[in-house]
Amino acid sequence: MTEAMAQKPAMPDERAVAALREREGSPWTGIWSVILKEMADHLSSTRIFILEVLILLAALGTVYVASQNIQQTTAEDQFLYLRLFTTAQQPLPAFVGLLAFFIPLVAIALVFDAINGEFSRRTMSRILAQPIYRDALLMGKFLAALFTLALVCTAIWLLIFGLGILRLGVAPGGEEVGRGLLFLVATIFYGGIWLALGLVFSVVFRQSATAALASIAVWLFFTVFWGMIAGVAAQTLSPIRIGLPDEFLAQANMELALSRFSPNTLYAETMVALLRPEIRSLGILLPTQLEGAILGAPLPLSQSLLLVWPQMTGLVAASILLFALGYVLFQRQEIRA
Amino acid sequence: MVDSVIQTKDLTKKYGEFVAVDGLNLEVQAGEVFGLLGPNGAGKTTTILMILGLTEPTAGSVRVLGLDPARQPLSVKSRVGYLPDQVGFYDELTARENLTYIARLNGIPDSQIDRRVDEALARVGLEKVAYKRAGTFSRGMRQRLGLADVLVKQPQLIIMDEPTSGLDPEASHEFLEMILDLKKEGITILLSSHLLYQVQAVCDRVGLFSQGKMVLEGTVENLAQRVLGGAYRVLVDVESVQPEIAQALEKIPGVAHVQVTDTKKYQVEAAHDIRPEAAQAVISAGGRLLGLGVQAQSLDDIYTAYFQGGSI
Ligand SMILES: Nc1ncnc2c1ncn2[C@@H]1O[C@H](COP(=O)(O)OP(=O)(O)O)[C@@H](O)[C@H]1O
Ligand SMILES: [Mg+2]
Repeated sequence: MTEAMAQKPAMPDERAVAALREREGSPWTGIWSVILKEMADHLSSTRIFILEVLILLAALGTVYVASQNIQQTTAEDQFLYLRLFTTAQQPLPAFVGLLAFFIPLVAIALVFDAINGEFSRRTMSRILAQPIYRDALLMGKFLAALFTLALVCTAIWLLIFGLGILRLGVAPGGEEVGRGLLFLVATIFYGGIWLALGLVFSVVFRQSATAALASIAVWLFFTVFWGMIAGVAAQTLSPIRIGLPDEFLAQANMELALSRFSPNTLYAETMVALLRPEIRSLGILLPTQLEGAILGAPLPLSQSLLLVWPQMTGLVAASILLFALGYVLFQRQEIRA
Repeated sequence: MVDSVIQTKDLTKKYGEFVAVDGLNLEVQAGEVFGLLGPNGAGKTTTILMILGLTEPTAGSVRVLGLDPARQPLSVKSRVGYLPDQVGFYDELTARENLTYIARLNGIPDSQIDRRVDEALARVGLEKVAYKRAGTFSRGMRQRLGLADVLVKQPQLIIMDEPTSGLDPEASHEFLEMILDLKKEGITILLSSHLLYQVQAVCDRVGLFSQGKMVLEGTVENLAQRVLGGAYRVLVDVESVQPEIAQALEKIPGVAHVQVTDTKKYQVEAAHDIRPEAAQAVISAGGRLLGLGVQAQSLDDIYTAYFQGGSI
């Protein structure tokens, strides 16, 4: 009830639109003050600290085990460091698997109370009575969370490379570092989607707990159910009637296309292509496509990057769309605390 | 020449069909304390939000310090301080950190921030708890911190929404004293309250709100004159109530209304202090005078009388 009241948007008004077009000054006035304050909050908050410790332990555990594994089996491998990220050993999953799981959680934890928290603390009207636009507040909060996430990811990334030097005893090659860096960037983009989603929910729901639950629900939906739904939907949309190979191919392609609506799929594909240079395609590979290719020969970095370009832009585009949605909703919100 | 600091013209706010503020024409002059008074739900907060540009008006216009809050929000907000109803702070930050954030948002140069924040805290008597977390503050301290928060930007106009609600009598008295100090510095103040009696002492002029309309506006004396027929209420205590005494009192020039209270007193509304004439009237009507008292009219009486009597 109260939520419905709270969300009742201000009246769409031509004057509002006119004012928006010709308002004075930069919409980003004061954004750095917001970013610095929010980052200080994040970095000193217990909530984030707990998650950081969890990721750190997970990172250390998986990478340690992976390095042991690599030391035992190492043949001449060009990409030892990348194996640190991707080697799984029972019962531990690979580091990248853990990351795909943890990043959304950290992102959601960073923003689920970004906007509604200001309302419930009754600070919103006081802050917006300062000479800043709502744009700066929302964007500042998003960027502060993104920078915090980037900081955490980079620290862990450095730690892993450091651990690698200690355990593997060789320095990483240039291409490995390049691929590792791109992987870091992709991970931060992946976090960006969940940040934008959490931010939208923190605008929509007046209760922080509701916003957190809604974000987690979306995450669960994509992590657990979307794969199944894509499978079932592909069977209905592109059924196999006679059993021709073309039909099987069409269905498989349909399923892949549907599954790519999930940020998890996009991230997983990006991860695979960047960290496993021998991956030549992210789609369904036909034997004809492999003709002339030397199986197992790694792709150069530029080719791998080309491979994941659609996925990366997809991640960024989705973040921007979600942020824009949050922006529009927030602009129209009554700010009466 | 007197500048008008706030000027609204036919300012209207509708929520769907519901009219929260209805064609408001308000003018607040530089240096005065204006009270926006009325019961809960009268539209005071909505008016304030429109003045600050935090809510879009449905119709009408607002000028604040000669600026349009919708077009020049940054200029308006850097000159106007706003103390919201039940102001909130970041509880995990100290008083000082809370104000520092506000100073930064106002673009105050780093070299001046510390000084300004300390000055503001000292102004409201919170310098001793500057390094305490805002979460530990009492309601009264929070309200004072809210005032310090407003003072950091050195505003020309301060708008306070229900500044004394939730404060104990002593704290609200102290707070009103601070408002008077600010007025002495020439800061224009607009405050809203549903506690008419409490704030009438600090307001130069008041506007009485009811259901989105400003039904009365002027100085308290002026309103008393118009609604009650007199700015003074003289209480005449006699030994026994007789019709002749009432008649004699009514004949005094300037008397608007004579009424017998349950405690056997005459209650006389008059334009000026008529105690000497009243004494004479009682004696000459053959009554025995026991006591005489005079009260300035309270806003509550005016409000009640206005709504009982319909309109003027
Ligand atoms: N977002 C809203 N949607 C619908 N009605 C509202 C909204 N905000 C305020 N109102 C109504 O507008 C009226 C005036 O409210 P307000 O300005 O807060 O009064 P006051 O501050 O004088 O107590 C109230 O009746 C309130 O219910
Ligand atoms: Mg109010």
